[in-house]
Amino acid sequence: MFDVRTLSLVGGVLAILLVATSLGQRLKYSRDIGINPALVEAFNLRIRAWWLMCTVLAAAFLLGPASRVATVIVFFLISFWALREFITLTPTRLGDHRALFWVFIVFTPLQYLIVVLGVETYGLLFSVLIPVYAFLFIPARVAMAGDYKRFLERVAKIQAGLMICVYCLSYAPAILSLQIPGFEGQQARLLFFFVLLVQLNDVLQFAWGKLLGRSVIAPAISPSRTWEGFLGGVASTSLIGAALWWATPFDVWQAAGISAVIAVMGFAGGMTMSAIKRDRGVEDYGTLVVGHGGVLDRIDSICFAAPVFYHLTRFLFVAP
Amino acid sequence: MPLTLEATSPSLQLPWEPSSRKMTSTLLAIVARILSGASVRWIDCQPDTVQRVYFANHTSHLDSIVLWASLPSHVRALTRPVAAKEYWEKGAVRRFMARTFNAMLIDRKDIKVHQSPVDMILGQIGQKYSVILFPEGSRNAEEQIQTFKSGLYYLAKKRPDLELVPVHIENLNRVLPRGEFLPVPLLSLVTFGPPMYLEQGEAKNDFLTRARDAVKRLKDL
Repeated sequence: MFDVRTLSLVGGVLAILLVATSLGQRLKYSRDIGINPALVEAFNLRIRAWWLMCTVLAAAFLLGPASRVATVIVFFLISFWALREFITLTPTRLGDHRALFWVFIVFTPLQYLIVVLGVETYGLLFSVLIPVYAFLFIPARVAMAGDYKRFLERVAKIQAGLMICVYCLSYAPAILSLQIPGFEGQQARLLFFFVLLVQLNDVLQFAWGKLLGRSVIAPAISPSRTWEGFLGGVASTSLIGAALWWATPFDVWQAAGISAVIAVMGFAGGMTMSAIKRDRGVEDYGTLVVGHGGVLDRIDSICFAAPVFYHLTRFLFVAP
Repeated sequence: MPLTLEATSPSLQLPWEPSSRKMTSTLLAIVARILSGASVRWIDCQPDTVQRVYFANHTSHLDSIVLWASLPSHVRALTRPVAAKEYWEKGAVRRFMARTFNAMLIDRKDIKVHQSPVDMILGQIGQKYSVILFPEGSRNAEEQIQTFKSGLYYLAKKRPDLELVPVHIENLNRVLPRGEFLPVPLLSLVTFGPPMYLEQGEAKNDFLTRARDAVKRLKDL
């Protein structure tokens, strides 16, 4: 199951992580080089999150025949935790309690159960369970609780949380059941490629913004996101994606194009979640979790990029 | 009938029970921590086995379990929550849980002048146990912390050596609100604050206000 391509991809990532980790530690203990310590701290926290991501994904891949199920379970747990963070920071009322119970205990596990059973087999249910059935169920259940105050607003918040944290993210493990001719048994590498590019894009946009950033896109929402960072990030992510074409079923140009789309969607995700955070007046979704950025802060770009990546790949390679 | 307390003093346990009980109590603590997503902060205070009174705001039936589960296991083993008897005696599951987290169950309907809950608590904790209590009396539905009942004052007056540790519990009322029986697994936050004592000659109301402010202050730290 671990062929040369997978090994090179994973090995390359491990090498980069090792370099980044030692760099982070060096920066941490050399104080007189004029870099903001908060920045170094953020960098080190992000690297730690990557190690965690990498270890969990690698462990899930290594389980052999059970690896697909294990990977889906990992994404289920991430979704569940992200949804906890989302709803925790969203003011809900007592009347939403029963609806929330359904959201957490029924709809979230059910969506991932469908992914386990196979998105190719249960494709229709996979795509409508949350956007249609949960969409209709939530307002009805809230209405039955009898509290009409700010009704539409409360319902919309629960729906948004479920869509972003669960529905959109579930497209990432769904990549594992894409039936691409000539690429059977290698979907795990495609998923790894996707997660890698999204994470790289986050960093590249940040780095370009720090280096060249002049024109801030929306100062009220995120003072660190600039047009220069955005464009630099998209360009360099596309280059890296193209250079990694051998890990995917794409040719070089397709890989570059899809990477550009991933970069744009990743940016959109980060921007959207920043807007929500600003509205709630917090820095991180993990505010209630001491000492960590939230899970949602790490996966916001994945949530936005996953459905588009899935659909593009499917459109290009899977016969209808 | 005098004020009734659950007879769970460890001396009554059979020899093989403590270890199995330790296991179930650890298990219960882990489940409570996972379910409530509780993160724990200690501000100007460290976990310790000295005799303490943890007093907290009361917003959910989960408060006592989650606060108890937030303590490190060696402290937890020596800490007993005071809980409402009519709630924790209802049904086998609750009874089992109350026994597992070693609760002192107090019948709020049956409080007599000569058998005050304060005396019962002091009798139960002896020179060994710490106690968790909720001086607001009943759970409040609003965000505001209600005025404290006087029990904390008399406890401090009769046992001035006890450390009084304010604790603020956030968001648990959304995990399990009043009148609901199924919890929604959101995240919560338990904050332990610096210990305080009853000052020499401090009036009852002044002390209770100060204690309430000590809990309230932790919310914004």
